[in-house]
Amino acid sequence: MNLQAITLVSFGYFEKDILEETAKAVMEEYHCKVNMENGHLDLSEFYDSARRQYNGNLLLKQVDSMLFTESDKIIGIFNVDLFIPILTFIFGQAFLHGKTGIASLYRLNNERYGLASNEKLFRERTKKEVIHELGHTLGLIHCLNPTCVMRSSTYVADIDQKSQHLCRKCRSELQF
Amino acid sequence: MAKKISILIVDDEESVRDSLYNWFIEDGFRVECAENAKRALTILESDQFDIILADIKMPGMDGLEMLRRIKSIKADSIVIVMTAFATVDTAVKALKDGAYDYVTKPFDPDDLTHLIRNATKQISLVEENETLKQKVTSLENVEDLIGKSEAMKGVLRQVESVAQTSSSVIITGESGTGKELVARAIHANSPRKFFPFVSVHCGALTESLLESELFGHEKGAFTGAMYNRKGRFEMADSGTIFLDEIATISTKMQVELLRVLESKTFMRVGGNKEISSDFRVVCATNKDLKSMVEKGTFREDLFYRLNVVNIQIPPLRERKDDIPLLVDYFINKYCTSMNKPPASIDTASLNRIQEFNFPGNIRELENMVERAIVVGNGRRITLKDLPLEKTFVSNTAESLDDFEKAFILQILNKYEWNISRTARALKVDRVTLYNKIKKYDLKLADQ
Repeated sequence: MNLQAITLVSFGYFEKDILEETAKAVMEEYHCKVNMENGHLDLSEFYDSARRQYNGNLLLKQVDSMLFTESDKIIGIFNVDLFIPILTFIFGQAFLHGKTGIASLYRLNNERYGLASNEKLFRERTKKEVIHELGHTLGLIHCLNPTCVMRSSTYVADIDQKSQHLCRKCRSELQF
Repeated sequence: MAKKISILIVDDEESVRDSLYNWFIEDGFRVECAENAKRALTILESDQFDIILADIKMPGMDGLEMLRRIKSIKADSIVIVMTAFATVDTAVKALKDGAYDYVTKPFDPDDLTHLIRNATKQISLVEENETLKQKVTSLENVEDLIGKSEAMKGVLRQVESVAQTSSSVIITGESGTGKELVARAIHANSPRKFFPFVSVHCGALTESLLESELFGHEKGAFTGAMYNRKGRFEMADSGTIFLDEIATISTKMQVELLRVLESKTFMRVGGNKEISSDFRVVCATNKDLKSMVEKGTFREDLFYRLNVVNIQIPPLRERKDDIPLLVDYFINKYCTSMNKPPASIDTASLNRIQEFNFPGNIRELENMVERAIVVGNGRRITLKDLPLEKTFVSNTAESLDDFEKAFILQILNKYEWNISRTARALKVDRVTLYNKIKKYDLKLADQ
């Protein structure tokens, strides 16, 4: 697989070094140039007042329709609580074999679960989530390898169990 | 490689279908969507799905009605119903109608993962169960009944037709013809195949032992009855009981057996509780039961009770065409069990075997092949490996005259007393043969 560039688009306020650190991790994992951009969206359009959450399906479609710097893959990064109609929440989602994915950092923070803040863990989770959604856009499905970044994670604890790297099987599927 | 699990999502809300579609696609499942029950049933007519995830409330046909229809088409389908408004009533109704599980929208991602994981486990267990059942069947199918002769084909046809019923069967045939194998084949191809096949060799047991074996006994029923024991009829519940050498049972046991066959109930020896058991009876004998009935040594009413279907197994001498197949089968069987490379048999030996009459039938042939593999060089069975020569002269021949008499008689029998052919085979003229017949007073009845 020959990837030219990936663009990480941030929607909302994030500390710059978190995004830079994530971009570096993505670059190392997928061996391509990583661009960073700021995106502008009126998120109230995607807010579901009954659930007090943001509709991930609509956001994904919206990001997919937006124009950004020429790149092969785009990941929209949010800091709001995402849901899809059938599930109580999601960390992110992507079009399988598509161009776009989204990831939210909202539920990656320890404080959300009443635990002591852990900045290092938060950054690691962010990197893993972005690399995971990018994997889906490249056609990778959930992997059963417990350390592979493509392992399905339904809780933050699951994210902590895996590494931020693709396993050998997933790498070979991408023909890196 | 593991089979890809397929999921059909049925929901009238596009956003729900899309969400589930994306979620399952990322898990590597094959996913299809339907916007209503009617469309889902149309899809199911041409395609099969392992899991069907359906909304209960849909316009037109609702999820519960669809569940009932799917279950009537394929009873083992895994249908998971979803609803936004859970009530105990609808949940119970769905589960009573055969739903695998019931979930309330929206659900936790972890719950969905567990739900699908459990359903997948259930699918693999069902498939594993099917595979194992097929394996069990293949262990006891008719492959052990070797033969392409018309006589054997007739036996196989009878086995096939009788297996599906629960009628009593009597298998008759000479010793060593494979009566128990036929009984096992009947059981293995019957709807009772997943229940026990219980074999009782009536001839090997005394009357009192047979009674205790068949009906079981209560603790203290007789000296040595330390524990309660189930009888063979009880063990054969839902299965088949095979009574070998049925002709040897005493008159008293014949009466008992008749009563049990008619009522399918009995009491253990020393017991006072009536036990019922649903078994099928298959009997075997090498005696002519009909003539025993005429002589009064076998009860007529029991004979007719047992003789609903009679399968007559021909002796090996009447189906010599099957001998090469049987020889090959036994060579393979014993070479495998003795961890020897596959052996073959030379034409002369096979011809000699085919000339032999085999009074012990297939059992004798089997022993002969086993011996040849044990004593032979392991690659090719030749005449010297076969005990045929010994058998040939073993007719208690104590003198040359005895041997000559036995030999001439055997050749005469072989050519059905055709003097010209026998003389040619013996390489003597017809007059000499006539003289020998006269000298030894050989008669057709001597065979």
